[in-house]
Amino acid sequence: MISPEEALKAAAQMATSVPHAAALGFELVSIGESRGAIRTPWREELVGDPATGVIASGVVTALLDHCCGLAITAGRRDSFSTATLDLRIDYMRPAAPRMGIVASAHCYKLTRTIAFVRAQAWDADPNDPIATAQAAFILNGPAPAPGAAS
Amino acid sequence: MTTPAEQLKTFLQSVPYIRFLGMTAELAGDEMTAILPFAPHLIGNTFLPALHGGVIGAFMEMTALAQLSVVQDTPKVHKTIDVTIEYLRPGRSMTTYARADLRKVGRRIANVTVEAWQEAKESPIAALRGHFLLSGD
Repeated sequence: MISPEEALKAAAQMATSVPHAAALGFELVSIGESRGAIRTPWREELVGDPATGVIASGVVTALLDHCCGLAITAGRRDSFSTATLDLRIDYMRPAAPRMGIVASAHCYKLTRTIAFVRAQAWDADPNDPIATAQAAFILNGPAPAPGAAS
Repeated sequence: MTTPAEQLKTFLQSVPYIRFLGMTAELAGDEMTAILPFAPHLIGNTFLPALHGGVIGAFMEMTALAQLSVVQDTPKVHKTIDVTIEYLRPGRSMTTYARADLRKVGRRIANVTVEAWQEAKESPIAALRGHFLLSGD
C-alpha cells in the first residue's frame, strides 16, 4: 500500500500521461477523494465544426470518459485498472468558439466490481455546462506494473 | 447538385478533428463504412494496449455524422444531442471499422445507431445510440 498523497500523485500522473490524453493536451485541474477535474485547451485540429471553430463533441466525449476514470482512481491506495461499460452523454449546447473545455467527475458509488460516476463539462462557467455524463465502469484487478509483460 | 460521395468527402475533409483521429470512410452505394486505422496517439491503456474509450465513442459519433452527411445535402454540421455508448470488448491496437444505421431521419431529429468492430463484424467492440439535431440549409 502507498500513502494517500502518493496515490493522488499516481492518479494525477495517469490522467495526463496516457498517449491519447497527452495527444489532446489534457491538463490536471484538481484531484481529491473520488473527484477529479481535467482541462483540454482549444486547438485548431480539435475543431468539429469548421464554420464556427467550436471544439468537436468527440473531444468532449474523450475528456468526460477520461475524467470519470480519474475520479474512480483518485484517492484509492490499491492499484487497479478500469474499463468503461456504459457512457451516456447529453450535449446541452456547443462550446463557445475557440474555447478550451474543463470537465469534473465524481465517483459517487464504488462497489467491489463497479464504479458509478457522474461528470460535467463546461467552457467558461461550471454552472452553465455544455455536457453532462453518467457512466458505469468495471474494475479489473490490480493493474500490472509499467513494463510488465501482458 | 452534389453526389453522396462528394458530400461525404467534403464532410471528412472539412472537420479538423476527423483528420486528427485519422478517420476515413468508404461508400458502397448508400452503405458507408468508416475506418479508423490504429495510431499510437489513440491509446488509452498502455498496458494492454487498448484504444481510449473516448476515441471509440468519438469515432462512432463521427460515423453517425458522416452517414448523415451522405443523405443530407448541407454544408452545415449537425449537432449531437445525446449519445449512449456501450462498450463490449477492448479496442485493440488494430484498425477499427464502424457502420451507422439511420433508424429515423425526421425534419429536425435523426435517431442513429452505430456499431464498431475490428476483426469480425459479428463481434462488435462497441455500440452507440444517439440523437442528432439536423441543421437546415
